[in-house]
Amino acid sequence: MKWVRKIGIVASVMVVLVLCAQLGLAQEKPAELKVGITTYLTGPASVFGVPGKAAFDIMIEEINAKGGIDGVKIAPFFMDEGVGTSGLLSEYRRANQEMGIRVMLAAISSGHCLALAPVAEDLKILNVMWDCSTERVLEDARYNYVFRPQANATIEMVAAVIYLLKTKPDFKTVAVVNQDYAWGRDSWEIFSNTLKALKPDVKVVAELFPKFGASDFSAEISRLQALKPDVILNTSWGGDLDTFIRQASQRGLLKSSTFVMPLLESSMERVGDAIPDGVIAAGRGDHYFLHPETKNDPAHVAFVKKFREKTGAYPIYPSYHAVQSVIALKAAYEKAIKANGGKWPTIEQAAAAMNGLEFKGFGRPIKIREDGQGMEDQLYGITKKVPEYPFPVLDKMMFIPAELVTTPVGKKSPEYVKTISPEILKKEFKTYNYTK
Amino acid sequence: MTTEMFILATLDGLSAAALLFMVALGLTLIFGVMGILNVAHGSLYAIGGYVAATLGLAIDKFGLSPALYLPALFLAAILIGPLLGGILEVGLLRRILGKDHVLQLLVTFAAFMILEDVQRLVWGTQPYFVSNVMTQFGNTDILGITYTNYQMIVIPVVAALAYYGLRYFLTKTWLGREVIAMTFHREVATAMGVNAKLVSLLTFVIGAGLGTLGGALASPSTALLPGVGADMIVQSFAVIAIAGLGQLGGAALAACLIGLSRSFAVYLMPELAVLTPYIIMVLVLLVRPEGLFAATSMRRI
Repeated sequence: MKWVRKIGIVASVMVVLVLCAQLGLAQEKPAELKVGITTYLTGPASVFGVPGKAAFDIMIEEINAKGGIDGVKIAPFFMDEGVGTSGLLSEYRRANQEMGIRVMLAAISSGHCLALAPVAEDLKILNVMWDCSTERVLEDARYNYVFRPQANATIEMVAAVIYLLKTKPDFKTVAVVNQDYAWGRDSWEIFSNTLKALKPDVKVVAELFPKFGASDFSAEISRLQALKPDVILNTSWGGDLDTFIRQASQRGLLKSSTFVMPLLESSMERVGDAIPDGVIAAGRGDHYFLHPETKNDPAHVAFVKKFREKTGAYPIYPSYHAVQSVIALKAAYEKAIKANGGKWPTIEQAAAAMNGLEFKGFGRPIKIREDGQGMEDQLYGITKKVPEYPFPVLDKMMFIPAELVTTPVGKKSPEYVKTISPEILKKEFKTYNYTK
Repeated sequence: MTTEMFILATLDGLSAAALLFMVALGLTLIFGVMGILNVAHGSLYAIGGYVAATLGLAIDKFGLSPALYLPALFLAAILIGPLLGGILEVGLLRRILGKDHVLQLLVTFAAFMILEDVQRLVWGTQPYFVSNVMTQFGNTDILGITYTNYQMIVIPVVAALAYYGLRYFLTKTWLGREVIAMTFHREVATAMGVNAKLVSLLTFVIGAGLGTLGGALASPSTALLPGVGADMIVQSFAVIAIAGLGQLGGAALAACLIGLSRSFAVYLMPELAVLTPYIIMVLVLLVRPEGLFAATSMRRI
């Protein structure tokens, strides 16, 4: 039976060869790293999507010019979120299955993040949620392939309440005028529950949720003027926020109540001339072209300059989110390469490297927690007109640390915020005033 | 609800209704004559707004007199309405007259989407806002509430003028009567010597002009960005569905109904404010499927 042994040997050699080839393939550097990016190129949310894409273009071009990630260049493939959830889902799957894309930066819309996260986990796609805010994605399920390199809605809203109570501790009434969709409703729920926990005597006098994309807020403004609440929360963005600010400003409402506008940073340059001093404002994290700690960093200065040359406007928070996600991805790959003995990592290894990753965009350093949530400090400030800019800047800025306001791993935000203790307000934060 | 609130809600409601009415008026006029529900009307609204905003910016840029702000709004509507309306009518709507309604809807919807992309190409995706007219007209205090004169007086006055102007034209002029004749029966009117092509074109241009005027007048108080046209077409469709397709006076009443119900809802039940136009529409259509004011139509064999 000599020939049987011969065949056996040949077969074993072949198996070993094939295995080696496979191993070799797994570790071989690809010619380029294909990265799928979803962003709004159409529809009302393109006010975020387009500045986000501009930042992606700048960052990826810059990284590629310096040799990419360990010599591998990033090849972006953009998908439009404006087509809606079902359209985006099929595009996402197609990008994965037909084009072989296994790294995605998705998405802007919270609804899209909620829909894409389980798909990413299922298809083993490393998915970095680069802009969406809903805390539910990472609280309702645990993922191995889904990460968020920035804050979430809870962090942003709890920080808003803390800053409000720090700067204006004595007020009795509050009202809300938010867009009628998930973010408008959820952000108010977190804000009002936190406020009740920290200052139980506050009375809610009106809860107004005008239609998403409303073109006229006259009735809401009249009612708020009649009620005269001490504080009004408005978490709107884009055209809705611009319209509200123009109409409310003209009618004097912005001066008669203290406004809290957590996304105002993204509208400031467009409607700045209508914004009075004293509006509490932020940009979903510590994203700000006049960031008190990083505004003179050469890399940040160069980015702002490039961005202005490309778009004619100052970068806004989605642009910084884009920057962060690319930097986080690059950092994770570099960490994984190091852990892999200098060899190109598999997707699993790259995803594992995301956990506990520490990186720095153009703000304070960020750490990604074990549940995939980024711990990002929140920058809040008060609008102030200055001669250097044709729109207001932020003054009396404070950083609310992420550790203080982030829901602990395993807990859910809606319950957690009700248990926040007023002790939290005793913490002192450094105040940064605007400087040239 | 106190008397004060009642007055405030009425003022807000009427002001909102005025703008909505103007856009719906154009839509319903076109339907009356051509029998086509023109979805691209939303684009005319949006582009009218964008052009007005562009003119407003140009006035500031070249340091022209602020007295030109208001005339610039009308200029924008007069420039773009007939131009775009003419192109649409000759190039598109004229060719689908009398075709299946579904096809007509699809064709005008396609035109709407193409024009939406044209807007993006020309004006980009960032919101446009030129509020200098609104600032110029100043404010009035009513019961301790500050109102803008622009929204409270200028827009309703223009809307009323548009309505009475159109009524005068339709009932008192020869051409207007030809338009009315066309709405009753196109073939008979043609047989009687009405130049159907010309009358169609004229109606469409007037209707388009009302759409662009609505956009131009809205531009000082609202942000222009991708999607504004879609929002307006949905609302004005609700107006004309409530009124009955082709009913001019009915559209005025329906617009008031929607505007007032929304502003009262903001005071009484804010949760319903978003829904009110559609609740009214459903209730009306349940009882009168042709709309409140639709004339009983003769069955044609």
